[in-house]
Amino acid sequence: MKNSTFCLLTAAVVIVVFALAMVAVTNDYFFFAGYVVLQYIVLATAWNILGGYTGYINFGTAGFFAIGAYASVVLHKLWGPPIPVLILVGGVLAGLVGLGMGVLTLRLRGVFFAIGTLALAIVVQTFVTNWDYVGGSRGVYIIRPATAPLLGTYIHYLFLVMLALAGFSIALARCIERSTLGFGLAAVRDDEQAAEAAGVPTLKLKLISTALSGALMGMAGAPLPYYVTYLDPTSGFNLAYAVNSIAMPLIGGMTSWVGPLLGAIFLGTIQQAATVTISSSLNLLLVGVLLVLFVVVAPHGLIGLWQPRRRSRVSS
Amino acid sequence: MSETLLQVRGLSKHFGGFIALDDISLDIKEGERIGLIGPNGSGKSTLVNCLSGALKHDSGSVRFDGNALDGMPAYQRTRLGLARSFQLPKPFRSLTVVQNLHVPLLFTAKHRAGAHLSTAQIDARCEELLHMVALDGKARVRPRDLTQIEMRKLELARAMAAAPKLLIADEAMAGLSHSEVDDILALLVKLNQSGVTVILIEHIMRAVMSFSDRLVCLVAGRKVADGTPREVVHNPDVERAYLGE
Amino acid sequence: MFADLLVNAIASGIVLGGFYAAVSVGLAISFGMLDIGNLAHPAFVILGSFCVYVLNQRWGIDPLIGGIVITPFFFALGAGLYGIYHYSFERRGEEGLRGLAFFFGILFITEVALILSFGVDYRFVQAFYIDDTLHIGFVDLAWRTLVPCLAAFVMIGALQLFMSRTYIGRAILAVSQDSLALRLMSINPNRVKLIAFSLSLATAAIAGALLIIIQPVEPSIGRDYIGRVFAIVVLGGMGSFPGMLCAAILLGVAESLTATFYGPSWAPAVSFGILLLTLAFRPAGILGRA
Repeated sequence: MKNSTFCLLTAAVVIVVFALAMVAVTNDYFFFAGYVVLQYIVLATAWNILGGYTGYINFGTAGFFAIGAYASVVLHKLWGPPIPVLILVGGVLAGLVGLGMGVLTLRLRGVFFAIGTLALAIVVQTFVTNWDYVGGSRGVYIIRPATAPLLGTYIHYLFLVMLALAGFSIALARCIERSTLGFGLAAVRDDEQAAEAAGVPTLKLKLISTALSGALMGMAGAPLPYYVTYLDPTSGFNLAYAVNSIAMPLIGGMTSWVGPLLGAIFLGTIQQAATVTISSSLNLLLVGVLLVLFVVVAPHGLIGLWQPRRRSRVSS
Repeated sequence: MSETLLQVRGLSKHFGGFIALDDISLDIKEGERIGLIGPNGSGKSTLVNCLSGALKHDSGSVRFDGNALDGMPAYQRTRLGLARSFQLPKPFRSLTVVQNLHVPLLFTAKHRAGAHLSTAQIDARCEELLHMVALDGKARVRPRDLTQIEMRKLELARAMAAAPKLLIADEAMAGLSHSEVDDILALLVKLNQSGVTVILIEHIMRAVMSFSDRLVCLVAGRKVADGTPREVVHNPDVERAYLGE
Repeated sequence: MFADLLVNAIASGIVLGGFYAAVSVGLAISFGMLDIGNLAHPAFVILGSFCVYVLNQRWGIDPLIGGIVITPFFFALGAGLYGIYHYSFERRGEEGLRGLAFFFGILFITEVALILSFGVDYRFVQAFYIDDTLHIGFVDLAWRTLVPCLAAFVMIGALQLFMSRTYIGRAILAVSQDSLALRLMSINPNRVKLIAFSLSLATAAIAGALLIIIQPVEPSIGRDYIGRVFAIVVLGGMGSFPGMLCAAILLGVAESLTATFYGPSWAPAVSFGILLLTLAFRPAGILGRA
């Protein structure tokens, strides 16, 4: 299937899912929970572009995500633009930060890059905690607009936005996979030295991958203030984001766009159910245990378990 | 007279206190078949890494095809036409054999061709390359399912896919059987006849002797001999390095 | 007045740095020498703190003694952990990505398990030296920071002697440089790595005891220390103990000065910022191997 066809198909699925949801679902809780799962689809897919496709692990998802969220807070206080603008700004800012960090650390081994991402997340968190304009450590309250731009309530609108973003990220991932860029990233992942020797501009590709991954995460964070209505650094930089965005692609499978989607739906829905039925801490414990379990026992994820022989990623 | 393709002047490289390359100078003309020999640890691989850009040399200069290579990243050197194969094959494990060839074709040959390489042209080139190394039937196989010699051949094919002017073959024949060595040798000769300058790094003497127009011998990071195979092999320094005092 | 503040800040920074070295020495071994990216190390330090807390609370055992008591258990834990790590990743040559993810998961599990067991309240210990302060001129040093600093120096000194004088210690140094050569001398590098890694976790036990002497502890504190220990190990040149000690003191002073003049909420940014800068500009560290 050509990339353009896939994109159209994704757009169609987004519209259909939204229409169905609006018509068939009466309980608003579905939209609240669904938003979180969709958000994780975006985060997992974004993480996988750098993690699964390029082979560089990122522990700082929370940092990029929060950049998007706090950029929205600032813009909301300044003049309150519509969400698509917030998403764009959040994406650009987070992308630039990713690029900057990549320039600083991508010449080193993957381990140092990974630790660098962790450092970045905490540095960003410290800045935000000390910045009173966005509420500092006390947090900030955001009021949801009374009317939604399209149909339905505001939460319906947020759900649609995140649904569209999820569709966009999946389409983007798939397009990268089946492109020259994707080939280059696979070569970098498999053997960076050999890739250089084959003429692949490894540093440039790694920077592109980092920027795209970070940008998507920032975009996922942009609508967050309107969803939670109260944002503080502890919740905005929650380690759960980092763990989940690693666990989901790992559990789903890191070689294609299908893995993060599967992992996000699987793990996301389990967590939504667990948070309600058992405690939220136990739910986090579950994620951690699953992560370790899959890393040790089934490193190729659910996809790998289901189709052990077929590991082809790109058709020639 | 053929042009000087590679010009190395005073190349040095050290790791901490250890001097791996000491003031190496070398001229290689287009179309030549150079054999690079020397005992283990003499600096042959370091030289390859410095020439290809995998390592940064500490002093001296390298000029290739009229371009100064100092400070140029490895991928740009490949795009200029300087390709190398690895001593221990480093295939892209998640890609099939033919996809392994796609990488240098998409990232190097495309640039050197100047014009856009169509999918059909890429596929045709892959077929050619696979045929040249007799891996035609293995196009959709993964590297983990290849034998040792097949991986060596893939390694060479991948280097050739970059359409190089100069190919550095780093111990491509180590551990192969007599006839397998002949296969690789024939391949390199055919390559040279099609216009590619070849530097062959090898320990297998009969291969190096029969292949090379010229031999260069490195011992402990220094160039001790540079001449015809007969001259070099009878050079007292070379004899001493291989056979002891 | 300013000079007073400055000298006190530097003095307490040095003392703090000594303690940071105790927390980092384990990582200097596992990450610096064995190349195992043990992200979970700070979490084990916190675990040590809580174990010591329980011993102190239930049976009134002095925290330093408590630390020594739990050391063998942490050694065993390290052995088990290394076993899993080696079997799952090192054998297959996939240490990089998956090994890191593994330890990250362990970090997370440990923190959450502690939250589930102890809640998010701060816990502290009682000991006779904790409330006193030493006065030298106008410099005030709290004993609760001095004792851990001194203990840290003792521990690191002992480890340095162990590494340079004993057979196993030198084997550990050797394996960090060239495990193939070690194999050729018919020493099993995996055995050596097992001992080294277990040792690194054992130091976490002691570091945990020191930590809860210095400050009250709650489960998520580990996160603040991730940046600190990695910054210290990288800045110190990976495997070098003297380098690590210098880096630790440098970091301690930097944090202390920042806290005194800009406020303590900026402290995490100092260590992580130093880490980023070190990675960007001098990844070999101050006294590192070339």
